[in-house]
Amino acid sequence: MTRRPELGGTELGARLRERDTTVAPAVLNLLESRSPVARGEAEAMLQSVSPALLGGEAGGHIIGVTGPPGVGKSSLLSQLVAAWRRRGRSVAVLTVDPTSRRSGGALLGDRARIDVDPADTAVFVRSTATSGRLGGLAGPTRAAATALAVAFDVVVIETVGVGQSETEVADVADTVAVVVQPASGDVLQFLKAGIMEVPDVLVVAKADLGGAARRAMADLSAALKSLDAAQTAVVAVSSVPPPSGIDDLVEAFDAHRDSLDISSRRLHARRMQALADFAAEHGERGLRALGGQRAAARYLDRQVPGLDVRALTRALEERAAEQGEPD
Amino acid sequence: MSQPQTPRLSEPDRPWLMRTYAGHSDARRSNELYRRNLEKGQTGLSVAFDLPTQTGYDPDHELARGEVGKVGVSIAHVGDMRVLLDEIPLEQMNTSMTINATAAWLLGLYVVAAEEQGVPEDKLQGTTQNDILKEYLSRGTYAFPPGPSMRLIADTIAYAVIHIPKWNPINICSYHLQEAGATPVQEIAYTISNAIAVLDAVRERLGTVDTDGQGAMERVFARISFFVNAGVRFVEEHAKLRAMALLWDELGRERYGVTDERSRRFRYGVQVNSLGLTESQPENNVYRIALEALAVTLGRSARARAIQLPAWNEALGLPRPWDQQWSLRLQQILAFETDLLEYADIFDGSRVMDALVAELVEGAREEMARVAEMGGAVEAVDYMKGALVGSHRERLRRIEAGEQTVVGINRFTQSEPSPLVASGDGGILVVDPEVEAQCRQAVEQWRAGRDQERVDAAVAELARVARSDQENIMPATIAAARAGVTTGEWAQTLREAFGEYRAPTGVGEAAALPAEGLAELREEVERVSEALGRRLKLLVGKPGLDGHSNGAEQIAVRARDAGMDVVYEGIRLTPSQIATSAAQEGVHIVGLSILSGSHRELIPSVLQALRDAGASEVPVVVGGIIPEADAVWLRDAGVAAVYTPKDWDLSRMIRDIVALVAERNGIDAPAVA
Repeated sequence: MTRRPELGGTELGARLRERDTTVAPAVLNLLESRSPVARGEAEAMLQSVSPALLGGEAGGHIIGVTGPPGVGKSSLLSQLVAAWRRRGRSVAVLTVDPTSRRSGGALLGDRARIDVDPADTAVFVRSTATSGRLGGLAGPTRAAATALAVAFDVVVIETVGVGQSETEVADVADTVAVVVQPASGDVLQFLKAGIMEVPDVLVVAKADLGGAARRAMADLSAALKSLDAAQTAVVAVSSVPPPSGIDDLVEAFDAHRDSLDISSRRLHARRMQALADFAAEHGERGLRALGGQRAAARYLDRQVPGLDVRALTRALEERAAEQGEPD
Repeated sequence: MSQPQTPRLSEPDRPWLMRTYAGHSDARRSNELYRRNLEKGQTGLSVAFDLPTQTGYDPDHELARGEVGKVGVSIAHVGDMRVLLDEIPLEQMNTSMTINATAAWLLGLYVVAAEEQGVPEDKLQGTTQNDILKEYLSRGTYAFPPGPSMRLIADTIAYAVIHIPKWNPINICSYHLQEAGATPVQEIAYTISNAIAVLDAVRERLGTVDTDGQGAMERVFARISFFVNAGVRFVEEHAKLRAMALLWDELGRERYGVTDERSRRFRYGVQVNSLGLTESQPENNVYRIALEALAVTLGRSARARAIQLPAWNEALGLPRPWDQQWSLRLQQILAFETDLLEYADIFDGSRVMDALVAELVEGAREEMARVAEMGGAVEAVDYMKGALVGSHRERLRRIEAGEQTVVGINRFTQSEPSPLVASGDGGILVVDPEVEAQCRQAVEQWRAGRDQERVDAAVAELARVARSDQENIMPATIAAARAGVTTGEWAQTLREAFGEYRAPTGVGEAAALPAEGLAELREEVERVSEALGRRLKLLVGKPGLDGHSNGAEQIAVRARDAGMDVVYEGIRLTPSQIATSAAQEGVHIVGLSILSGSHRELIPSVLQALRDAGASEVPVVVGGIIPEADAVWLRDAGVAAVYTPKDWDLSRMIRDIVALVAERNGIDAPAVA
């Protein structure tokens, strides 16, 4: 019994550039793989879909959707996927399951609640476990979001949490949406106290609750105004039949994306990611060799904009080696 | 309670209602079976419906494939109900229907079929199970979200109390909680908590019927009955029933102000435990069933009103009429040969029994308080589900560790070959595979022969009532039954109004197993994952309509504890959904679980769907109630391994799965055997 050999990294990259959505499972398998061979292939794939080779940023819209457990993110995603499909857009959903790893293993039950037509190849759903912390992103998820944005029109990263955790999503997503429940005061508190960064879109779920949802909308709008963040869209949605607010939300996402300078946002995200990867690998000593965090950031700013994260990380490593103190 | 002068009753008690949970194929074949059973001395009917009927799909729906007529009878419209009850005198019969999500509908069909026999609804006696909360917790045949489901329950109760006053419109089930692994304390606590949720909901819905005066809540309380389970630890099980009676009485008095003592009596029917029945040495199950029957009959003050017993071969497949007769005879011996019914309560004044009851009551109160704190049973479904999965896992661990004895499983396992399973049919009933095609054709003919305008009007009215929160669903349901609407049409109308629902799986909440005993397995999972390049990933899938997810959940949790990444999506998946998930998630192996007997139809469909999804290299293993002949057949069809209830050692199954993945990926066996 021999396994059909999976495609190589360069081939996968080429297929992504042709917007072939059916290679998505193989892309994830490769990115999740830790063997040296697979890592080399993954690097080749990511390089072949880097902005330098694409001649610009990937066309897909990367959206982070986050919120506390039980707020109804998955039912909302079912409705959103359907709405995007009605507009003819292909969608990839990367769910990061809240179940923390125990004994190394994890239970991934999130896709169960996202209702999609199995025959529709333009929809892809993949679940991964958290990296260990609530809301933390697994490394492959970031790389996957970037790669899939080449082939899919929309890439959603779904994570659990409210508070600081969504900043990790913000590092890779073009648009961050936080889903809150009516009558949950904590988001308001987090916003006011500055614990939580203001998201690009605030979604009030369970709008069918009527009065409670309307009060939540009013409270949030007032809080945003006082934080000078009135441009943040607040959208009320209901996923129970008859669903409501879904089209408004799609439009809010589109409007946010149109208002963005995508290339500078993603460039910044790639550089920050490279720095984080470098620090994770080489620690304080590595950073010292670069002359500190700020010097490293300045060095990154001088690099060609089209480089992917891995190339940037390698540039940092070469720089550190040049400046002595090899690691 | 005063001491009786003499231990004997002046007159022996009347025996309980004797039933057999029966029904298969179509209405005609089931009707013949019922009439034969009644001739043998059975005193009530217990109707088993097939899964499409239970979940609201017509026989020709995609999800019904392979399930029509399997675990019960297919009833698609009033014509089927008419045939099912043909020549059975409904003004005398006491009929229990195991039906939940579609209970309002089947009750409607029953009312109309009786009406055609000339029996008015106020003469009807029987029970609709109608307990949705336990469907989310254990059994899995739900159709609608919790809110609308509670409304359907409340509407049927409110309607029945006024219009069908001798009917038990709900059987609150502790039965399935025990099957899902509940300890006695959990069984009591969650059952009473479920009852509170139901009663509170009915209190709000009583306004939807004309209650002609006062005392409506008292009448509601008096019509609530229970459906319980009894395991082989029969002394404690009896104590459990006494504890429930005590708590029920107290609840009626204190929470609902029920003044009449008779209205507060704990009335229950019973089907004894199936979880403890074994596939190996299956003849031993006869003893287990007899002892469990004692649990629900021994003490007069907590004796069952109706009993149905499983057959000795339930772990092997569907029982044949003869197997069911053997169980009925047990009831008749207990009631008519023994002296059981001649005495007052034999535990009256027993210090041991009283202390045992007190202990259970105390434990149950604590657990009920926890559920109440979360806002009640509806809100606590996730919590309760997680607790049940945890208890079930603990039970399995104890059996595997030898801390709990199961004769023939982990002790006294040598056996002579059993002549009982040696016959040509393997000792089980096989449903004629032609039944499904016949039912599909029959429902098409039915639709073609109706007054379509009348049907459309009835469906439109049903949809209107479903969307209006102010009206009771029953009158529109009964009208739809009369008009010839089908089961699938009734349910689809409500699905459109209420939305669909996926219940919590409970696996995410279950705590991890202690590392001991798993260390070696974990190391092997790590080793194989390392060689694969990424963590070993397993998809656990339940194709078809079968909602019995306990086994699948235990596998999912144990695989997680062993260090795998496990994708588990819950019940009721089509083959193409499973295949798509397997491909998209990049799993290394797929495990499928089917207990409804439809493996011969569904498993090949999953294999084909995997090929279509480009995932043909992913090995598939299957677990379920699968006769040996079918296991051979499945392996020939491409299934890598088949597991049945005799493979009770979960860790061993997981070890097999790891070895299979290693082999298929060219990874060497571990260095040391």
